[in-house]
Amino acid sequence: MTSHFTAFLPELVLLLGALALFVVTLGHSRAREARNVALLTALVAVVTSALCLGQNATLFYGAYRVDLFSQMLKFVFAVGFTLILLLSGGLSDIRDDVKPEYYLFLTISVCGLTMLVSCIDLITLVVALEVSAFPLYLMVPMRRERAGQRSQMESAIKYMMFGVAANGIMFFGMSYLFGLTGTTSLPALLPKLRPLLHSPVAIAGLAMMFCGLYYKLAIFPFHFWTPDVYQGASNETASLVASLPKIGGVAVLIRFVSLATPDDHTVVLLLSILAVGSMFYGNLIALMQKDFKRMLGFSAIAHAGYALIGFVALDQMGYSAAVYYIVGYLLMVLACFVVICKVSRDGTNVAIEELAGLHRRAPLLAVTLGVGVFALAGIPPFVGFMGKLTLLMAALAKGHLVLVILAVINAAIAVYYYLGVVREAWFKDPGDLPKIQLDWPTRIACVLLMVGILALGILPGRFLNTISTSIARANLGEPASALVHGNPAAGSHDSAALLGNKALRPSTSAPAQATPFTTEVHSLTTTYVNK
Amino acid sequence: MDILNYNHSVLSVLIFSPLIAAGIAAFIRNEERLRWWTLIYTTAAAAYSLPLYWHFNLGTADFQFTENAAWIPALHIRYALGLDGISLLLVLLTTLVMPLCVLASWRYIQTRVKEFMICLLIMQTAMIGVFCALDLVLFFCFWEAMLIPMALLIGIWGGPRKIYAALKFFIYTMAGSVFLLVAIIALYLKVGSFSIPDMMKQGPLFSHQFQYWLFLAFFLSFAIKVPMFPFHTWLPAAHVEAPTAGSVLLASILLKMGTYGFLRFSLPMTPWATQHFTPMILALSVAAIIYGGFTALAQTDLKKLVAYSSVAHMGFATLGIFALNEAGLKGALLVMINHGVTTGALFIVVGMIYERLHTRDLSKAAGMGKMMPIFAAFAGMFALSSMAFPGTNSFIGEFLVMAGGFKVSIPMMVCVVPGVVLAAAYMLRMLQRFAYGGVHNPDHSHLQDLGLREIVTLLPLLVFVFWIGLHPAPFTRVMDASVSHLLAEVGPAKGAQVAMTARTAPADLAPALGVRQSSGALETSQPLLYATVPRLQPAQNPGAATR
Repeated sequence: MTSHFTAFLPELVLLLGALALFVVTLGHSRAREARNVALLTALVAVVTSALCLGQNATLFYGAYRVDLFSQMLKFVFAVGFTLILLLSGGLSDIRDDVKPEYYLFLTISVCGLTMLVSCIDLITLVVALEVSAFPLYLMVPMRRERAGQRSQMESAIKYMMFGVAANGIMFFGMSYLFGLTGTTSLPALLPKLRPLLHSPVAIAGLAMMFCGLYYKLAIFPFHFWTPDVYQGASNETASLVASLPKIGGVAVLIRFVSLATPDDHTVVLLLSILAVGSMFYGNLIALMQKDFKRMLGFSAIAHAGYALIGFVALDQMGYSAAVYYIVGYLLMVLACFVVICKVSRDGTNVAIEELAGLHRRAPLLAVTLGVGVFALAGIPPFVGFMGKLTLLMAALAKGHLVLVILAVINAAIAVYYYLGVVREAWFKDPGDLPKIQLDWPTRIACVLLMVGILALGILPGRFLNTISTSIARANLGEPASALVHGNPAAGSHDSAALLGNKALRPSTSAPAQATPFTTEVHSLTTTYVNK
Repeated sequence: MDILNYNHSVLSVLIFSPLIAAGIAAFIRNEERLRWWTLIYTTAAAAYSLPLYWHFNLGTADFQFTENAAWIPALHIRYALGLDGISLLLVLLTTLVMPLCVLASWRYIQTRVKEFMICLLIMQTAMIGVFCALDLVLFFCFWEAMLIPMALLIGIWGGPRKIYAALKFFIYTMAGSVFLLVAIIALYLKVGSFSIPDMMKQGPLFSHQFQYWLFLAFFLSFAIKVPMFPFHTWLPAAHVEAPTAGSVLLASILLKMGTYGFLRFSLPMTPWATQHFTPMILALSVAAIIYGGFTALAQTDLKKLVAYSSVAHMGFATLGIFALNEAGLKGALLVMINHGVTTGALFIVVGMIYERLHTRDLSKAAGMGKMMPIFAAFAGMFALSSMAFPGTNSFIGEFLVMAGGFKVSIPMMVCVVPGVVLAAAYMLRMLQRFAYGGVHNPDHSHLQDLGLREIVTLLPLLVFVFWIGLHPAPFTRVMDASVSHLLAEVGPAKGAQVAMTARTAPADLAPALGVRQSSGALETSQPLLYATVPRLQPAQNPGAATR
């Protein structure tokens, strides 16, 4: 019993925090207390999720699995939650009387995401997904109304309509899966579905189920809400919408995509088209943007496209690359949002031109913005580069040369608009724009984000190992042979044929050295399978 | 214990100590102290790097001072460093140029001194890292990371069109290197590691088709960095707008990375494709020499003039590299070093003019030399060096390159000769204008001649101008083993290439340039005039296979 209690501790902390916040909301508007309670909840959640990293349990009659994969993402959610609270400051653009409710919804949404990554039953999955999504629908219109600014209502309606529609399609797809297999439990459902994968019903069911996740990730053509919500929501809400739900989307997507076997051309083709479409659409339209948040919205579509490249590989290396990339993206995009929240005057939207002379007005913000934007552009030594490298390696190992080339072309296109931000912040003079005073939480958030972006970029080894190990353990259906990750020999059959190499056989070219990493994965998977 | 051993830690210390120095600089508030701190650090780093030369083993083409440690085991990425005869001089050049850059910015940079010095120090890390990295991902990290401080140097402390120049520089270089990244991953999948020595060993075994695409991916990013003729348009913009130290770094070090890339990657890893594309690249090199020369002749902005002369000089470097013989390669390496010394010095000279006149217009600078004799003497000697006057460093380099080029094709070299004359024309024109001017010179009587700091900035470069010019053996000696080894690697494919060229090479290029595929007879029968170039061994003769 105690072990179950500890396994569920991070969620319990968040639930208790939400309950406490609910109590706070009952009285008069007590924004400060609500913020303190939320921050305390977040910090305790960070500590508990770090302590519970090693937990392993199956709870609630097999509907809920606590394993390394989910615990690691819970830790990431808790850290992201803390960072968002740090950067949101006093919520300058939220009406005073609803500020406590804002914190309540924020906490509930994070709690929903935290549960989402552990769900292994379609029903709990849906519940967790909705728990994470509905507070967001409410937070978007909580922005203060003022002359010339009522777009939050339009954004909220768009966000909700698209969200509900996407979820509806997702449920429809799930009903197909249930109809085919007769179960909602993923550990039972996935093996039963595997032999049926070639039937059109199964493919249609899976494809429709993915729609809900694509919506979360803002993948073309499920992206229409993204720029409008980014623009219409307050800066703090946008920073949440932009970061944490995407990690949840990737996590759930991994559970389902791993169904497809590597020679499944339909899935590969579908994912490739979506990835390429997202990248080109996001990057090309971002080139034209004047509003910083809107630009980040379009760049988010492009980044979701990059993350999808990892899924195209359909192997463990690709999945871990996708998780690594999307976690890195969380830090990069939050670094940009810290700057938006602080540069914004009175909570309004920030045009890229308003960043002018940031290096004089707030040097720390300018450095943070520089690190964040260069990382998004994929310049080493930041995490954006290492993430792209791992994604491209995974995809090219499977022979997706065209996709990789299109991705790097997109990386080159994206540099232009990211440099536009650097140009304003670093190369221009401030003119008559005022200096910006930073409070301590912001400074801490800036430093944490920069350290995180650098550390994940320079020393990703441990993190990557943990991700792959956890994915290997989370994916029951994955055949053990596909786990020889990191060894290019596994993929060089395709690439050898593709790149026209006849003189060099993989057996001679690839040193069959087992890295500590590979062996670790092997030992772990074998022990797991033996259980 | 390795940390205490000079040979096993020197490269890491050279690469990462600038970052520590930059970290310390971030806490220094006084601008004067910042300048002194950066100067002291860069001088100490230069002094620390000098023993590399004495500890360098001349007898082997292997990498020396190697360090090898796991970096990201999950992706087989290692932290591998090492030097050979090709990179040694470039590393020394980098460390020696850095203090001069600090000195040249002493008065030139008046705003945001701290950020400037930090950018310079980060540049030093990235530049040394590029030349030392023996792991492709490590190399690429340094290669790309360098763009950030360099773009900041141009974009913050640059001239009136600095933003345009900085963005153009960044986007051009970045766009070029994205395919390098694809090539790196493709190589990894083929070889099984990111180790550069492993790839150099396996290079000749790659299929022709693979080499073909690999070479093109390499070529695009390196040709932009060099910059070779049709890809050079970012260079004048960047040079003109950059502050003096930025121009010096660009000219002395960054351009060398392109040619270094050809030597380190293209030649050994894609020997067949190298042979296949040689006519095209030689044509572009000749075009660069002529084009750079003519364009430089037409400039009135001093920095633009020197910038276009860079295009011509780098044309000599690529010509020498793709002559694919010992004289050409050594000449190319010397041209790279010489260009770093001479053009770097010329940019400092132009910076000195700009500090005094606040213009770089040749007509406004006319007659300066009369008031500033010391300055005129320095400028004169560097200008002579730039046009490859005998007795100066560039003469040796260009002579070797031309000796190598003549072995490839005489008609091609006949085309190069006007380029040499043009160099004399534009340099002498510049020298004449600002040293003597005409009858109606602007009034320069208020100008002060060079101070001690400025003389100290230029003097080391002048020493190298004459040292390399009069006694180049110490410099060519370190290249011997590596160049022979490199030629041996490119060589074996030659026989196959000639047969290949006859069938499929673009028929228009080879005859137009008169590329002589079976030039073996010429190579051995013609005695090499220069004493420091050892005779070509028949075994290493690239033409041997066809004879």
